[in-house]
Amino acid sequence: MIAESMYQELILEHYKHPQGRGLREPYDAEVHHVNPTCGDEITMRVKVDDGKVADVSYDGQGCSISQAAASVLHELAAGTTVEESLAVVDEFTRLLQGRGQVEPDEDVLGDAVAFAGVAKFPARVKCALLAWMAYKDAVVRSTR
Amino acid sequence: MVQESFDVERIRKDFPVLSRELPGGRPLVYLDSGNSSQKPVQVIDAMRDHLSLHYSNVGRAHHALGAESTEAYEAARDKVAAFVGAPAREEIIFTKNASEAINLVAYAFGNPLNTDPRFRVGPGDEIVVTEMEHHSNIVPWQFATQRTGATLRWFGVTDEGRLNLDDLDELINERTKIVAVAHQSNVLGTVNPIAAIVARARQVGALVLVDASQSVPHKPVNVAELGADFVAFTGHKMVGPSGIGVLWGRAELLDAMPPFLGGGEMIEAVWMDHSTFAPIPHKFEAGTPPIVEAVGLAAAVDYLTEVGMPAIQDWEHHLTGYALAALSEIPELRLIGPRDLDSRGGTISFTLRNRAGDPIHPHDVGQILDDVFGVAVRVGHHCARPLHLRFGIPATTRASLYLYNTTDELDALVRGLHHVQKVFG
Repeated sequence: MIAESMYQELILEHYKHPQGRGLREPYDAEVHHVNPTCGDEITMRVKVDDGKVADVSYDGQGCSISQAAASVLHELAAGTTVEESLAVVDEFTRLLQGRGQVEPDEDVLGDAVAFAGVAKFPARVKCALLAWMAYKDAVVRSTR
Repeated sequence: MVQESFDVERIRKDFPVLSRELPGGRPLVYLDSGNSSQKPVQVIDAMRDHLSLHYSNVGRAHHALGAESTEAYEAARDKVAAFVGAPAREEIIFTKNASEAINLVAYAFGNPLNTDPRFRVGPGDEIVVTEMEHHSNIVPWQFATQRTGATLRWFGVTDEGRLNLDDLDELINERTKIVAVAHQSNVLGTVNPIAAIVARARQVGALVLVDASQSVPHKPVNVAELGADFVAFTGHKMVGPSGIGVLWGRAELLDAMPPFLGGGEMIEAVWMDHSTFAPIPHKFEAGTPPIVEAVGLAAAVDYLTEVGMPAIQDWEHHLTGYALAALSEIPELRLIGPRDLDSRGGTISFTLRNRAGDPIHPHDVGQILDDVFGVAVRVGHHCARPLHLRFGIPATTRASLYLYNTTDELDALVRGLHHVQKVFG
């Protein structure tokens, strides 16, 4: 069954128990991104200290894929350097936009590799990328 | 009971796609006909035959193939006219789709080329739509009011998903130029009381356009009995091909309206500085029309007529009743639309929560239904975003039924929804 390759246990786990959810103070930048085709939306805040991601906080609504992706992003980005986190974002983007043909680098992606199956569903790629694109946007704004 | 004599298995054999398997050995359960219907072999064969043996351009090709193609194209107009009870064949305009048909009418309002007072629109005038319209019956009227300075107004929708007609006499008034309303909602399934709206519009001299995209495929519709001035519908939702839509309009109104698109075949004579135009219907059919699509639509009309529109309506009524009863047994399922079968078609939209009461996004619902059970539904706002805003929800899951669906397929939908609740439990 195809869906089982998309709805990995890890994705459902993050969806049911999102990590780091809720908007927090202090923050350097806040962005709001929407996916107009399905109404998914996310508000994301980033706090950067000395090149380190001190906090990633977010709130939003949408499908399991979009919400789980935000939770996994929080886990991977918070506590790393901005540079490291952006490398993960790039690899995640490459995986999701690869139409299922890209071999993901597990060392870089960690838990985010669970989204590999989503890449085979063009209609859902934007769901997975929503929080990650919002994060990239917020980081750029916070370091300006 | 009519539905017991309705041989759905025989009908299903006419639709090749219904017997295909999806990857992974899933059977196809197609519950997305409100989006676009599947095609019977009769339509496919008619189009292939025309392309293979009779094809050429129409109207302007003076040879044997030109005559055959023109005859087939114009015969399609006759068939469509008869199918919807149009008083005259010239009143049937072939367009690209229902959206183009509505845009064509909207373009006539406030158009300086149009001197007929019924189409003269400016500040202080009003155009009335409803909150349950498809975007294609909202956006063209937004354009018209923005262009002319007129005001766009709309009927609200009740919690039950019915049109709120409490302020009928206030909303449709002496300032109203046209009322544009869906015959049947593409989300709620609600069939609207066109007669009451037409009666009020007549009192104040307003015109009425009915978007019949979701009704013409599913029940007998007679434009003369409907009483409106314009009726728009589309081929691909009525077992015909995409690429062809239909505008029916009263001849004297169509005569009064300016052309919409300029080009070949819509003219009478052209000079370098001006042109005169062909009579209807060709005035509104600029350029090479959807020829093969018209042939396909004619075959679709023949097919539906042979099965019988009253029989199709009865079968869908039976299926809808079955579906509403089955869905009402699913805990945490909220129907968006009328619960009763009165003035209601087989379009069933809903939201779903898990057993703990947490919402499950329609995209997740649709994905599991498709990937695990082969059940094709539509998820999202179905081109009716204002209606979803009205109900305070971003999206719904929609099952839409047609003559080839069975109660077994509705059982598969219900099994699928229970599984969705388990996955996201």
